[in-house]
Amino acid sequence: MRLLLALLLALALPSLAAADPPDQGIVHVPIAPGTPLKKAGAELYAANCARCHGDRGHGTAKDGPKLDDVGALATDFYLSIGAMPIADPHQQPVRTRVLLTAYERQALVSYVSSLGPGPLIPHPHAGRGNVSAGMQLFTQHCAGCHQIAAEGGYVTGARVPPLGQATDTQIAEAVRMGPYLMPVFSGKQITNAQLDSLTAYIHTTRHPLDAGGWSIGHVGPIPEGLVTWLLAAVVLVGVCLLIGKRLRRE
Amino acid sequence: MIRRVVRYVDQRSGSAPLLLKKALRYVFPDHWSFLLGEVALYSFLVLLATGVYLTFFFVGSTARTVYHGSYAPLHGQVMSEAYKSVVHLSLDVKAGLLIRQTHHWAANVFVAAILLHLLRVFFTGAYRKPRDLIYYIGLSMLGLALLEGYLGYSLADDLLSGMGLAIGYAVALSIPFVGANLASLIWGGPFPGEPQFWPRMYIAHVLLLPLLIGGLLVLHIALIVGRHHTQFREKRKQTERTVVGMPAFPAYLPRSLGLALAVAGVLFLLGGLVQINPVWLWGPFHVGASTNGAQPDWYLGWLIGGLRLVPGFDVVVGHYTVVPNPFWGGAAFPLAVFAFLFAWPWLERRFGGDRRQHNLLDRPRDAPWRTAIGMAVLTFVFVVFVAGAADRIYVTFGLTYTGQIWVFRVLALVLPVVALYLTRRVCLELQEGERVARQRQLAGSSPK
Amino acid sequence: MVGGLLLLVGRRRAREDEQRIVPRGTPDTPAETAVILLLLACAACALAFVVLYALDRLPHQTQLLGAALGVALLLFAAALILIGKRLVVTEELEEPYPEEERLVETHEIERIVEESGSRITRRRLLVMAGGAAAGSLGLAAVTPAVSLGPLLDTDRFYKAPWTRGRRLVDEHGRPYLASDIEKDTFYSAYPEAADPELIGSPVVLVRLDPGDLHLPDGREHYALLGIVAYSKICTHAGCAISLYRKPTFAPVEPRPALVCPCHYSTFDPATGGTVLFGPAGRPLPQLPLLRDARGYLRAAGNFSGPVGPSWGGVREDRARA
Repeated sequence: MRLLLALLLALALPSLAAADPPDQGIVHVPIAPGTPLKKAGAELYAANCARCHGDRGHGTAKDGPKLDDVGALATDFYLSIGAMPIADPHQQPVRTRVLLTAYERQALVSYVSSLGPGPLIPHPHAGRGNVSAGMQLFTQHCAGCHQIAAEGGYVTGARVPPLGQATDTQIAEAVRMGPYLMPVFSGKQITNAQLDSLTAYIHTTRHPLDAGGWSIGHVGPIPEGLVTWLLAAVVLVGVCLLIGKRLRRE
Repeated sequence: MIRRVVRYVDQRSGSAPLLLKKALRYVFPDHWSFLLGEVALYSFLVLLATGVYLTFFFVGSTARTVYHGSYAPLHGQVMSEAYKSVVHLSLDVKAGLLIRQTHHWAANVFVAAILLHLLRVFFTGAYRKPRDLIYYIGLSMLGLALLEGYLGYSLADDLLSGMGLAIGYAVALSIPFVGANLASLIWGGPFPGEPQFWPRMYIAHVLLLPLLIGGLLVLHIALIVGRHHTQFREKRKQTERTVVGMPAFPAYLPRSLGLALAVAGVLFLLGGLVQINPVWLWGPFHVGASTNGAQPDWYLGWLIGGLRLVPGFDVVVGHYTVVPNPFWGGAAFPLAVFAFLFAWPWLERRFGGDRRQHNLLDRPRDAPWRTAIGMAVLTFVFVVFVAGAADRIYVTFGLTYTGQIWVFRVLALVLPVVALYLTRRVCLELQEGERVARQRQLAGSSPK
Repeated sequence: MVGGLLLLVGRRRAREDEQRIVPRGTPDTPAETAVILLLLACAACALAFVVLYALDRLPHQTQLLGAALGVALLLFAAALILIGKRLVVTEELEEPYPEEERLVETHEIERIVEESGSRITRRRLLVMAGGAAAGSLGLAAVTPAVSLGPLLDTDRFYKAPWTRGRRLVDEHGRPYLASDIEKDTFYSAYPEAADPELIGSPVVLVRLDPGDLHLPDGREHYALLGIVAYSKICTHAGCAISLYRKPTFAPVEPRPALVCPCHYSTFDPATGGTVLFGPAGRPLPQLPLLRDARGYLRAAGNFSGPVGPSWGGVREDRARA
């Protein structure tokens, strides 16, 4: 009974965890129409980013890395997943509600990439990729942390996100820049063609072949155990209760 | 018609009517919890039937081959014949996936039913003399079922099963003094072993272990029939000397057959509708490959929990490793739990002083110490079991893994004590409540 | 008159009932109808299973088959349970439990055995000789099992296919140049021209700042320009270490580490593969590296210790070729 309750509780919890994060104190700078993109970005940067990343992306000692060499790629990645601006710079940046508008993000990307030479935003073509090659690349480079069906996982020190919501561009950006604790895979280690295959494989993990029916999460035995106990065992104990008597003393 | 059949058998066997009549009128005391063992029995029959079908398609070989089947993401991948045959059976054989999934669900339910049955037997004192031998046989079957399930999970040679085998290999190696010899015997050499290892696993999974389990099962049931079922004391005429219940025929047979078909029905429904172990998604195993979040089937979850909770140390004397780390969580822990279960009837006799025969069952509250100690051990195992899922708990709920490991370490030590105390209190309170109610009843009826 | 007739019938019925073995029950027509309907529905579902099986290229065939068969079985189950509960008589029988023990027969058996040996004089010796024979035969019977694996040869557990000069190749067999290995990422490597599926084969390569390396005494030259190589097999339970973490912003993030996904043992590549976290009891074995004239990465010898999960005595020795 206790076991069942605990498992039921575990099932009920995600609804609580899914609540929206609080507003992280974004400053929407009023921008006059006709302002050059870079200039608007500079104002947004001063209001939202400079406290941790320093003046003109020079970085600070304890709160944020320098940005004068990260280019458009990393800036676009962190802004487009909503991880930046971050409330507590000592926490893992994670995908969350995007509070900056598309224009504001564009302006910031334009400004940060002007601070110094850095990589451009990559453009993978999943359609050109080979799914099987992608699966092998994924097994080799990614599955250790992201789980073979891209359902996310754990590495000591960080929670590894599932890739269900990642866009192709974000996947390519993450591969090239290695956000937070993730390794950096250069074009030498994973070529652009291989990156296409990788994204093609990640596409299949969004709609995997669930030939067996209800997929229960693609993470293997834990949900299977929950179904065994909460569904099969409960139903079969119910049948036993239906067939057999309950204790009633004379 | 019936007469003719019975006469035919009687004339040729010499005893049919006597035995048959006895069997038809065998008395089954009626309580729902007595059916849990039957759920396990019927799951086992489903396992046998579906398992035989699977052997018609499975290739028990690790010979390397290249996949060119219908599932695109695996195209051109190098894999073992075993894995290829499981993917083929799942995706290209009509009804193959239904049977395979039903087999896997049946294994999960089989062990779950054994566990529920064990809990019933333990907490009602059904294992006491004269049924202690039946209980030991049941425990042995549980142990064999765990091993059997592990082998089934391993045979498919997908990424998860290979990782599971690596861990099993590490646990075998970790056994003090003889570990390397044992692993050498089983695997024929260092992991992943000689090619003969796969046929060995296969024959153990489809013949040796099912035969052992089946043999013990027959013995288990024969001994129950010899000693008759236990019963709760519900009616005055139910005593240590007299068993009261319904006859096997006509009353019990349709009930039991109904349960058998209900078990099969639930398992086939699950097998068709709920996906289990989609091996094609995991990909083939290679010694150098692994995935995050790999887990064993639920009934071995307590062992991965044990392996994760034990702090990182090897017992070393000088330059000589004596006890490698996986021994504690992977071998010592389950051995200790089984040792407790095997020793319990003796412990209870030794410290409780009750050496009599028992045909009447206790309710859990009637034996507070037994119930409390049982709950404490169950709580301990359950905490360790949950700890085995700490990484997925982190991914789903955001509680840090390292924090959880410490919390679970503390809980594994504290909660059993709490459970011991609380269970005993609850039992005593329930007893007290009944005594008060009985006295009130007497007081209410005596003035008349 | 009518009353008398009824009484007579009733008495006859009562006398008949006394002779019955199974007592008479009252018919329950609605339950009977329900059972018949359930059985017919079961037949329909079972036939549907056959039809669904016969159809080709049916979407969700597994689901339909499972649903048809499962529902058919459950309908049959419902019919049987209804039969048990409503259609057949549920008697209450009493029966004595078997006696606790049968001492007379036990004693007789004991006597049969004891008295059979009246011609034997040296009983203990005979029993011991018999025990010796049976025991030895038993030993002989299990002896062939030793062929399953070399029982006493545990030397092979120390072996790894790395020798001085062997090139490190990727999973497609292409050799790595030292200059291929970049910082902040990890590479899997295998011994050239050896079976990659041996536990001693897979290696993980990472490159750190040479200044950050603090390798144990005697292993200072194992690294090559900051490149370090370790066995990819966890020393705890033998899973492949396919996780590498590296900080993006070092002041607040954890240091680089190799992590095993099974029980999250975490190893420090900068200090010779020592354990940072988790249940592993010994560091990862390190592979010494060198660079040949053409720039290819080669092993400079075998691992610093035995590969894979530990066993008794594992610390004694280095890995052997």
